[in-house]
Amino acid sequence: MATLKELAKKEELFTGGHRLCAGCGIPPIVRLILRSTDSNIVATTATGCLEVASSVYPYTAWKVPWVHSAFENAAATITGAEGAYKALKRKKRLPGSDQERDIKFIAFGGDGGTYDIGFQALSGALERGHNFLYVCYDNGAYMNTGVQRSSATPLGSNTTTSPAGEVILGKQQWRKDLTKIVAAHNIPYVGQASPHNWRDLSKKSEKALAINGPTFLNVISACPLGWYAKPEDSIALCKLATETCYWPLYEIEEGVLKVNYKPKDKRPIMEWIKPQGRFKHLFKADGGMEIIEEFQRRLDEEWERLLELDGKRV
Amino acid sequence: MTAVAQTQRETGLTGNSAIAYAMMQINPDVCPAYPITPSTSVIEEFSSYVADGKVETELIPTESEHSAMSAGVGASAAGARVMTATSAQGLALMWEMLYIASGMRLPIILTDVNRALSAPINIHCDHSDTMGARDSGWLQLYSETVQEAYDNLIMAVRIAEDKRVQLPIMVCLDGFITSHAIENISLLSTEAVQGFVGEYTPDSALLNVENPATFGAMTLPYAYMPLKKQQSDAMTASKPVVEEIAAEFALLSGRNYGLLEEYKLDDAEVAIVVLNSSAGTVKDAVDTLRAQGKKVGALKPRLYRPFPHAEIAKALSGKKAVCVLDRADSMNGFGGPLFTDIRSALYSDANRPQIIDRIYGLGGADFRVNDALGVFDELFKVQETGQVDELIKYLTV
Repeated sequence: MATLKELAKKEELFTGGHRLCAGCGIPPIVRLILRSTDSNIVATTATGCLEVASSVYPYTAWKVPWVHSAFENAAATITGAEGAYKALKRKKRLPGSDQERDIKFIAFGGDGGTYDIGFQALSGALERGHNFLYVCYDNGAYMNTGVQRSSATPLGSNTTTSPAGEVILGKQQWRKDLTKIVAAHNIPYVGQASPHNWRDLSKKSEKALAINGPTFLNVISACPLGWYAKPEDSIALCKLATETCYWPLYEIEEGVLKVNYKPKDKRPIMEWIKPQGRFKHLFKADGGMEIIEEFQRRLDEEWERLLELDGKRV
Repeated sequence: MTAVAQTQRETGLTGNSAIAYAMMQINPDVCPAYPITPSTSVIEEFSSYVADGKVETELIPTESEHSAMSAGVGASAAGARVMTATSAQGLALMWEMLYIASGMRLPIILTDVNRALSAPINIHCDHSDTMGARDSGWLQLYSETVQEAYDNLIMAVRIAEDKRVQLPIMVCLDGFITSHAIENISLLSTEAVQGFVGEYTPDSALLNVENPATFGAMTLPYAYMPLKKQQSDAMTASKPVVEEIAAEFALLSGRNYGLLEEYKLDDAEVAIVVLNSSAGTVKDAVDTLRAQGKKVGALKPRLYRPFPHAEIAKALSGKKAVCVLDRADSMNGFGGPLFTDIRSALYSDANRPQIIDRIYGLGGADFRVNDALGVFDELFKVQETGQVDELIKYLTV
């Protein structure tokens, strides 16, 4: 695995000058992942924050070949590019001089483009066994269009389509466990990571990109806008998400689950939600504390289940 | 698997087998596809060509038509020649991606085996599927026969990839009527087809990692409109390209294709305009009436997008009465799409005929020679009285 020094020396493939917000979790995730391989990269991005902010014509932040086509189809789009690579390599007609070149294919999508509208295309691409890495940056809502709920939005969260009202206190449902659902496709590698732990994220990207077959990374990404949090707290909030076990760091490699980080002093979820304005109604309204208690109870259950699976074939 | 000799002799093939055979001869780089009736056997037969090593194509059997066209966009942007096939709901599910393929100027080649759109669900032929995509920025070629479908598909590759065009194209043939009926057709040799279509060499491609480029960038209003103007100009510019390539194809095959086919139209006083397989039915009615000394004719547009408005106006100028047969209803209270387009094309012609619209054959409803003769009877009455009693009407209901 590359050291931080080695990583820092690598060429920046996602440049500054993009229009993502201050404190956005996406750029450090993308920059680190693009540095995790020495192979050539072809990337795609689902419609969303990363896409609109990185490709405002005639500018581009991408120093690798990159394509955007629509919202729900990043996985399908990348499999087309990967299929073209296989065919043209076979026919010795790759554009450019080197016919033997190795190319890694990466699709990026937000939680809306992955958990919700892009779910079918993702499942199909995983089942077909294409050689690609899918990266979901999960900031827990449709942030690009003004913070609407997604199936990744945490319980009790105030979004513009699950607003904290007089009667209903934000999102009423538990979030979809996408990482496990992806793992159920029995693909060679699935990982859950966070940008605060660059070593873990970088290691997981390196592993995923070295594998011949479909791989998946689910990476938590802070959104100061949608989380109603301070931009300077983004990385700390991602760290806290792992300390509270809201976002456990784990991987499933060839079917074996490994928990990569077990906090010695597991923090209460209260510490993660308190600095985020999207949960502030829970501290004021009647019934708010019950939602927080329910949040804690279900998180504890999930964490226990995960620990039971640690080291086992799943 | 259909056994076909690689010769120019007559071979009995269904429309779908002929399309699959042409695809085998073309040997596209990527074929992303999802099966749907009545286009299914195109992909089934092509899958066998892949399985038997007859082609080097990467087959991507996607989980939906939306993903099929999305993978098509990814593959085409990557620098591959992409071909696929679909029908009806499949084309409807691709709708979002059709616009993206044309807006990104990706010369994807699609065969649509025409089928009615739900609801009510119906697997039989009409043109509501491709008519729904008529403004999606794809070129559209319509095919009366199996031979024409085969020839159109081979020409389509050259048209779409021409540097003056760089737009996706769909070849349309009638579901079951043409797709599943066997006709004797003349096949080109695979060498001849490959020599004709050549290799696809895009100016930029995702896989050209030595020269990384961004595809599908976001545009603000100042950039969006000029890019749309370029796309529109390319569509207009494609019309002479379709003619040029047809002329080149005629040298190879001995078969001549215009933008339109005029059937006994020169001295005709009344005429029917019709797309695809029903043109054969109409021609039969024309022959019957010509034998009785009636001055009747038919006009069959082969190219529908871009719309050959000037050529159509010229062909119909001076006629007394014309009926446009629409195998789709625009559901706008003003008839079918072909009618609206043709009537508009004739508006500025001083010698424009009276024009009526007759909706026929929806969801596979039969359209027989007698039905075509009935339409001519209506046209004789319009010619005689100079009056149109019913501008738009459903036939055989």
